[in-house]
Amino acid sequence: MTAPITGTGSGIPSTPEAAAAPPPGTPGTTASPARRRIPRGHRRLLTRRDRITLTLMAGVPTILHVALVWLTALASIALAFTSWDGIGFSSIKWVGLENFRQLFTENPQFWPAVQHNAIWLVVLLLIPTPLGLFLAVQLDKKIRFSRIYQTAFFLPVVVSFAVIGFVWQLVYNPDTGLINSLIGANRPGHYIDWIGDPNLNLWAVLVAACWRHTGYMMILYLAGLKGVDPSLREASALDGANEWQTFKNVIFPVLKPINTIVLVVTIIESLRAFDLVFVFNGGTQGTELLSILVTNNIIGESSRIGYGSAIAVVLLLISLGVIIPYLISTFRKERRA
Amino acid sequence: MHLTPSGLSVPGPSRRTILRGLGGAAALGAGIPLLSACAGSSGSSDPKTVSLGSNSSDAVPKKAFADVYKAFTKSSGITVNVNTKDHNTFQEQINSYLQGTPDDVFTWFAGYRMQFFASKGLATPIDDVWSSIKGNFPSAMQDLSKGEDGKYYFVPLYTYPWAIFYRKSVFKAHSYSVPTTWSQFLALCKQMKKDNLVPIAFGDKDQWPAMGTFDQINCRTNGYDFHMSLMQGKASWTDKKTRATFDNWAEILPYHQDGAVGRTWQDAAQGLVAKKAGMYLLGMFVAQQFTKAEDLADLDFFVFPEIDPTYGQDTVEAPTDGYMLSKKPKNHAGSVKLLEFLGTPAAEETYLKGDPSVVAASTKADTSAYTALQKKGYDTIAAAKHLTQFMDRDSRPDFTSTVMQPALQNFVRNPKGIDSLLSSIERQKKTIFAS
Repeated sequence: MTAPITGTGSGIPSTPEAAAAPPPGTPGTTASPARRRIPRGHRRLLTRRDRITLTLMAGVPTILHVALVWLTALASIALAFTSWDGIGFSSIKWVGLENFRQLFTENPQFWPAVQHNAIWLVVLLLIPTPLGLFLAVQLDKKIRFSRIYQTAFFLPVVVSFAVIGFVWQLVYNPDTGLINSLIGANRPGHYIDWIGDPNLNLWAVLVAACWRHTGYMMILYLAGLKGVDPSLREASALDGANEWQTFKNVIFPVLKPINTIVLVVTIIESLRAFDLVFVFNGGTQGTELLSILVTNNIIGESSRIGYGSAIAVVLLLISLGVIIPYLISTFRKERRA
Repeated sequence: MHLTPSGLSVPGPSRRTILRGLGGAAALGAGIPLLSACAGSSGSSDPKTVSLGSNSSDAVPKKAFADVYKAFTKSSGITVNVNTKDHNTFQEQINSYLQGTPDDVFTWFAGYRMQFFASKGLATPIDDVWSSIKGNFPSAMQDLSKGEDGKYYFVPLYTYPWAIFYRKSVFKAHSYSVPTTWSQFLALCKQMKKDNLVPIAFGDKDQWPAMGTFDQINCRTNGYDFHMSLMQGKASWTDKKTRATFDNWAEILPYHQDGAVGRTWQDAAQGLVAKKAGMYLLGMFVAQQFTKAEDLADLDFFVFPEIDPTYGQDTVEAPTDGYMLSKKPKNHAGSVKLLEFLGTPAAEETYLKGDPSVVAASTKADTSAYTALQKKGYDTIAAAKHLTQFMDRDSRPDFTSTVMQPALQNFVRNPKGIDSLLSSIERQKKTIFAS
C-alpha cells in the first residue's frame, strides 16, 4: 500500500493528484507542512453562502440520485420476493424465492432470453467492433470525401432505435418488404419469414443492431486515432515498419483506453437492448430479451410486478457480474500507475 | 404544465439565483407527476360537469363519441369534459390511472377485464343506472355488465362479432358455398388451395389474432361452458378436450397464410382486399381496411362452422365496449345521469351514425340505417345463445399476455409440439391463477 504512494510522491511530485491532495488521511504523513496549509486556506475562503451553495450543489443531486437510483433499485430487489398486482400496497404478498423458482423452471421464455442477450453481446463484439475499427483506420488516412463517408456511417447512430426498428421491420416485411420483394420470396410456399421465424429473426434484428453499432464504434475509434501522437507513426516508419506492423505494434496498443470504452459501451448496449426489438416484433419467439420480459410483465395490464422485478434482478446481477470485475481491474491499474 | 420552472426566468440571474431556481425546479419536478395526475379531474367538482376518460383516440370513433356527448349536454345541461388518451397507452396505464384520481366515468371493456377492477374496488356499482336502462338490453348484455358480486358495473355501448369474412364476388366466381360444418369447411379450404387462393388469411405479429382463432375452435369443439371454465383458470389446459381443440386447429393450419407470425392483421386483411385470400377469421373491424365503397359492399361473413353438433354454432364472440364509473366520482349524480343517457338507444344511434363498423349493444336501437354487414352482425349477435368477449377479456390479462400470446405463436409456427406446449401453459397458469 505505502510503497506505490511514496513512489508517486517522490518520483513525479508535480502530478495533479499530488498537488490537489485534499482527501484527508491519504498521504498525510508524507506530505510537507507547507502543502497541508493550502487546503486550510481554501477552507477559510469559503463564506457561509458558499458553504450553503456547495451543500445544495452536492446535496440536491445526491438526494435525487439516492431517491431515483438507489431507493428504486432496492425497492425493485425487495419486490422480486413478493407477488403484487400493483393495486394498493396491501396486496403485496411475500413469496420468498417463488418468483425465481418459476422463472428458472417454468418460464419457457427466460432461458432463451438469457441466451439471446449473450448472443447479442458476442455478435456486437465480433462484427461491428472490428468493422468500426477498420472504417476508422480507413477514414483516418485523409482519403477524399472522408467527411461524407464519416457522416454516412455515423448517421444510423443519430437515429433512435425505435425508428431503426420501424425502418428495418419494413425492409423485412414478409409480403411487401424490400428483401422478399427483391428475391421473390413473398409468394405462398416461398415465404422467408424474417420477422416471425425464430431461426431467422434474431439474426435479422442483429443486422440492424450491427448496422448502427458499427457507426458508433467507428466514431469512438476515429476519436482515438486522431489523438494518436503523429511522431509515433513517424518513429515506426523510420524504423522500417510497414503499415500493418505500425498498426499492430504501435497504434493499437496506444488505443487501449478507447478499447476499454468500446468494451464497456458494447456490454451496456447488449444488456439494455430493448427498443429495437420491441418495435421490430415485440420480442416474440426467437427474439426474447430479458429487458422485454421485464416490460411485458410489469407494464401494461398484466402487472405481475413481483415477477417482473425478479427478472430485473437477474438482469441486474448479470450487469454487476460484468461490471464489477471491470471496475476492480481498472481501479487496481490506476492505483498501480 | 404551467407549473414548469418559473425560477429560471428571473431577470438577470446571478450564478446563485440560477442554483436556487434549479433547486426549486427540482422540487417542482418531483411534484409534477402528482399534480398532473390531479389535473385530469380538477374541473369536475362543479355539478354541471362530468369528466370522462376515453381511449378512443382514432379519428372516426373520437368524432362519433363527441357527437354523443354533445347530445347529452343538450338534453341535460351537463358538460362532459373528455380526456382522450391513446388507445394502447390508456390500456397500459389503466392500473395506475384508476388508483390515482381517475375521471368520473371511463371507457372500458366488458368481461373479466371489467370484473377484475370491480372486485378490486376501483369501480362504483351502478345498479341505480341499470334500474332505468335494463329494458334496453338483452339478457346476454345484462350478464356481461355484472361484476362477480352480481352488481352492475358496466354500461355497454357497442359490440361487433368475430366471424369468417369473405368476398361475395370471389365465392360467386368460383361458385363456392358457405360452409356450415367442419368437413365442408375443410373441403372448401382444399378447393381454394387448388384454385390458387390463400384459403385463410392470417397475421399474428400483434400476438392477439391467434387468440381469436383459438376461441372460435374451442367454443365449437368443447362448447361455451368448457371454454369459459378454461378462461377462468378452472379447466385444465392438459385436458383431452383442450388437446382436441389444438388438433382441430392443426388440421386447418396448413390452409392458413404462410409466415403469419411476421405479418400484421392489416397486411393479412390486404390479402382479402386484393382477392388473393379466400377467407379471413377476424372481428368486424376488418371492414376498416376496405377503403373503397364497392369493396366494402362486397364484404360478407359467416359464423365459424360447426364442429361438434352438441354445441352447433351457438356461441358468438362479440367483444363489447362501454363505460364504467370510477371509485370516487367527483360528480356522482351527474355521472349517473350520463351513464343512463349512454344506455339509451338514442345515444347508441348517435354513435353508430359516426362509426358504422360496429353494431349497437342495445336491441332497442334503430337498425334501419345499418349497412348489410352491420345488419348481419346485429342478427348474428342477437341470435347467439352465448356471447364470449375475447380471450384477453374473458381471462386474466397477465395470463393471456405473458403466457398465451407467446404459446399460441409457438403453436402456429410449430404445431407438432402440442403436448409439451400445453403442459407448459398449464404449469404457468397454475402459478398465475394462484397469486
